[in-house]
Amino acid sequence: MSDHKPSGITRWIFTTNHKDIGTLYLWFAFIMFFVGGSMAMVIRAELLQPGMQVVDPLFFNSMTTMHGLIMVFGAVMPAMVGFANWMVPMMIGAPDMALPRMNNWSFWILPFAGTMLVSTLFMEGGGPAFGWTFYAPLSTTFAPQSTDFFIFAVHLLGFSSIMGAINIIATILNMRAPGMTLMKMPLFVWTWLITAFLLIAVMPVLAGAVTMMLTDRNFGTSFFDAAGGGDPVLFQHVFWFFGHPEVYIMILPSFGIVSQIIPTFARKQLFGYASMVYATAAIAFLSFIVWAHHMFTVGMPVAGELYFTYATVMIAVPTAVKVFNWTATMWKGSMTFETPMLWAVGFVFLFTVGGFTGLMMGVAPADFQYHDTYFIVAHFHYVLVPGAVFAIIGGIYYWIPKWTGNMYDEKLGKLHFWLSAISVNILFFPQHFIGLAGMPRRIPDYAVQFSEFNFMSSIGGFVFGATQLLFLYIVIKCIRGGEKATDQVWDNPEGLEWTIPSPAPYHTFETAPQIK
Amino acid sequence: MPASKITKKLSSLICMALVLIPGLAFADYELNLTESVTALGKEIYDLHMLVLIICTVVCVAVFAVIIYSLINHRKSKGAKPATFHESATVEFIWTVIPFIILVIIAVPATKVLLKIEDASNPDLTIKATGWQWKWEYEYLDNGVHFFSNLDKASNDARQLGSKTDPRTVPNYLLDVDNPIVVPVNKKVRILTTANDVIHAWWVPELAVKRDAIPGFINESWFKAEKTGVYRGQCAELCGKDHGFMPIVVNVVSDSEYNDWVASQKKAMAAAKASAGKTWSKADLMKRGEEVYNASCAACHQANGQGIPGVFPGIAGSKVATGPVEGHIDIVINGKPGTAMQAFGTQLSPADSAAVITFQRNAFGNNTGDVVQPSQISR
Repeated sequence: MSDHKPSGITRWIFTTNHKDIGTLYLWFAFIMFFVGGSMAMVIRAELLQPGMQVVDPLFFNSMTTMHGLIMVFGAVMPAMVGFANWMVPMMIGAPDMALPRMNNWSFWILPFAGTMLVSTLFMEGGGPAFGWTFYAPLSTTFAPQSTDFFIFAVHLLGFSSIMGAINIIATILNMRAPGMTLMKMPLFVWTWLITAFLLIAVMPVLAGAVTMMLTDRNFGTSFFDAAGGGDPVLFQHVFWFFGHPEVYIMILPSFGIVSQIIPTFARKQLFGYASMVYATAAIAFLSFIVWAHHMFTVGMPVAGELYFTYATVMIAVPTAVKVFNWTATMWKGSMTFETPMLWAVGFVFLFTVGGFTGLMMGVAPADFQYHDTYFIVAHFHYVLVPGAVFAIIGGIYYWIPKWTGNMYDEKLGKLHFWLSAISVNILFFPQHFIGLAGMPRRIPDYAVQFSEFNFMSSIGGFVFGATQLLFLYIVIKCIRGGEKATDQVWDNPEGLEWTIPSPAPYHTFETAPQIK
Repeated sequence: MPASKITKKLSSLICMALVLIPGLAFADYELNLTESVTALGKEIYDLHMLVLIICTVVCVAVFAVIIYSLINHRKSKGAKPATFHESATVEFIWTVIPFIILVIIAVPATKVLLKIEDASNPDLTIKATGWQWKWEYEYLDNGVHFFSNLDKASNDARQLGSKTDPRTVPNYLLDVDNPIVVPVNKKVRILTTANDVIHAWWVPELAVKRDAIPGFINESWFKAEKTGVYRGQCAELCGKDHGFMPIVVNVVSDSEYNDWVASQKKAMAAAKASAGKTWSKADLMKRGEEVYNASCAACHQANGQGIPGVFPGIAGSKVATGPVEGHIDIVINGKPGTAMQAFGTQLSPADSAAVITFQRNAFGNNTGDVVQPSQISR
C-alpha cells in the first residue's frame, strides 16, 4: 500500500481527501480568526477611553457586526468542521468521509462567501452595521446597499454548513468500523452527530430569515414592516429559532473535544459516558424550545415569558451534568498538564463561569436589567472564547502531533495558554461589572463612569490578540519540524486515531479495523 | 483636636493624595447591578442577588473540588489512576440537586415577573416614541408633548476628533435638552413605540427596560419613591447614533410637577402663536444653523456633505437648490422607506422655516431664498 498523494495547488483545489479538506477548513478558520480578531482590536481601541478617537460610529457598528459574523460563521464553525473532517473518519475507523466530492464543494464555497462578506466593508455606504443579529427593520429599510451581498454570503455559508452536516451524518451512520456501535463511539463523534442534526434543522431557518429580508428590501414584501402589515418581532422569533441552536452548534463539539482530552491526561476513563451522550442530546433538544429568552424585552405575553424562563433554566441541568462528569473524571486520576490539558481545564473553569451568567439571564425579571448590556457581552464571550475557542486551541495541540508527525513546542504552548488565560479574564471579566452598572452593548462611546473597566478590558484585549500571533508561530514551527511524535503521542490514550502512524498517512483504514 | 476634625483632616489628605493619581481620583469601580428607587426595582435587585449568590456558592464549591483534584491527583505526586466510572446513584443525585435549585429560583422569579407585567391603573401615562436618534414624549393625560435630544455639550464633545475631554462634560452622554418630568410616588405607565427602527427605553434606577417597536405599543411602569434625576440610554442597536440618545427622568414633588406642566403648556402656546410672525433672513439663518446642528447634522453631517451611500448631502442637492415647495415637503413629511423623518411633528413652523432657509443658503447653496413660518403648513 503506497501513500501516494497529489502535489501542487491542484492537490488542494480538487482534493476529496478528508485530511486535506480538514486542513483547509482549519486554515480558513485560522485566517478568519485573525480577520475577526483585528476588528475586535479596532473595537477595543475605540473603547479604550471615553470620547471618539479612532473611528466614526457607523464604522464602529460595522466592526461589531462583522466581528460577530466572521467569528461565528468564519472562525468557530469552520474550525469545528475541520476537526470533524480530520477526526471523525479516523475515530470511527472509516477510510474517508461518505461524500468526498460534496466535501470538497462544501469547503470551497467558504472562501468565496467569506470574501464576499468582508468585501462589503469597501462598498459605498459601508458594510452591514446592524449587529450580527441583524434585526429588522434596521437591516431592511434602513440598511446600506451592501446588505444584499451580506444576504448572499449568508446563503452560501448556509449551503456549506448543511452539506458539511449531511456528510458528517452520512459518515457516522454508515461508515463505522465493524463492532463500533453507536454507544462505543468517542464522545467527540457523538457531539458532532448531534450538532450536525442541529445544523440541518436550523440553517434553512436562517436562510428563510435572510430571504424574507431580501424580498422586503427589493421586492416590496412586508414580512418585517408593520406599515405593510408585517411584524418586526417576527424577524427576531425566526432569527433566534436559528440562533439559539446555533450557539450549541458552536459549543457541543467543544464539549466533545474536552471530553477526549481530559480522560487522556487524567489517565482515567470518562466518568459517565452514557450520561454525557444523553446530556448532549438533552441540551440539543432544549435548544429548540428556548429561543425567546433572547428577546424578553420585546413585550411578550406574561405566560410566554414564564414558559421561556422555566425552559431556559432547565438547560442548567444537563450542562451541570457535563461539568460534574469532567470533574469526576479528573477526580482520583493521575493527571499531567501538557498543553492540551491546560486548555481543557481552562475551558472547564471559564465555560462554567459563562454558564452561570447564562442561568442568571434565563430569569426573565432580572434579564430585563441585563438585556443588551455588557453583562450579556461578557456572558457570551465567556462561553465562546474561553469556551469554544479554548476547546478548539486545546484540540489543535492535542491532535497536531498526529496530523504533522511532530510535537509542538511544549514551552511555548504553555506560555500561550497562560498568557491567553490571564488576558482573556482581564478582557472579559470587567465587562460583567460595567454591564451591571448600566453600560449598553454596541455603543462606540460611553459615560465616563465606565472608563476604568473599559480601559482594563481593552488592555486585556490587546494582550489576548497579540498572544494569538504566538499560536500562529507555534503551529507553523510544528508543521516545519520538531521532535518526532510517536504513534500514540500521549500516554496510552484511548481511540482508533492513536493506532495509526504519526503523521497520519494520506489514506487510513482502507481495511476496516475490528472493534472488540 | 476633636475626633471629627481629625477625620476631616485625614480624609482631605487622602483626597489630595488621590488627586495626585489622576486615574484613581475619579475612578468609579461600580461592581453590581444598579440599585433601584422603586419598590419593584428593589425586588428585582433582591432576585438578582439571590441568583447571583446561589451561582457563586455552587461555582465556588465545584471549583474547590476541581482545584483539590488538580493539586492532589497528579502524576507527579505519585497518584495512581482510579478505575471507577458510571454510578447511577451519583448521577441521579447531581441531576436532581440542580433541578431543586432551579425550582427555588423559579418561585420568586414568577412572583416578580407577574408584578412587572401588571401596568394597570396608572396615575399618569407617557408615550415614548423612539426616533433615529432621539425620544419623543407625549403625556397622554394633559397633552404635553416634546422631543428629547442629547444635550449640546455632550454632542459637541462626542464628535470624532473633538478636543474636549469627556471627563469635563457634566453627565457626558447621559444628559438631554428636554428631560421628562414625573411626580414622585405615582404609578407612571410608559408606552413605548418607535417611528423607524427598534429602540429600547431603559432607565436602570427605575428598573424599566422595554423595546420600542415600530407599529407596536409596549407598556411598562414604575413608581419612583425618591425625587431625583435618573438617567438611562437606548438599549437596542438602532443605527449610527445608537449610543447618543439618552433618557433623563426628573422625579419631582406633585406641586413642582404641576408647575412644570403649566409652563410646558405655555411654551407650546407661545410656539403656536409665533407661527404667523415674519422673520429677517439673518435671524432665520442663525436659528436655522442651531436647528440644523441639533436635528439634521447626525445624518447630513455638520458640513452638509452627508455620508455617501448612506445619507445624501445637503450641499448642492437637488432638493435644497430646487423648488422651495419640494424642499418644504420633504422636511415636513419626510421620505417614506428611508431614514428621512417627517420633521413636521418635531419642529415648530418657525424652526422648520429657519432650517430650510439655512439649508438653501449654506454649504454653497446660494439660492437666496427666504422661507417664512407662514409658508409651512402642517
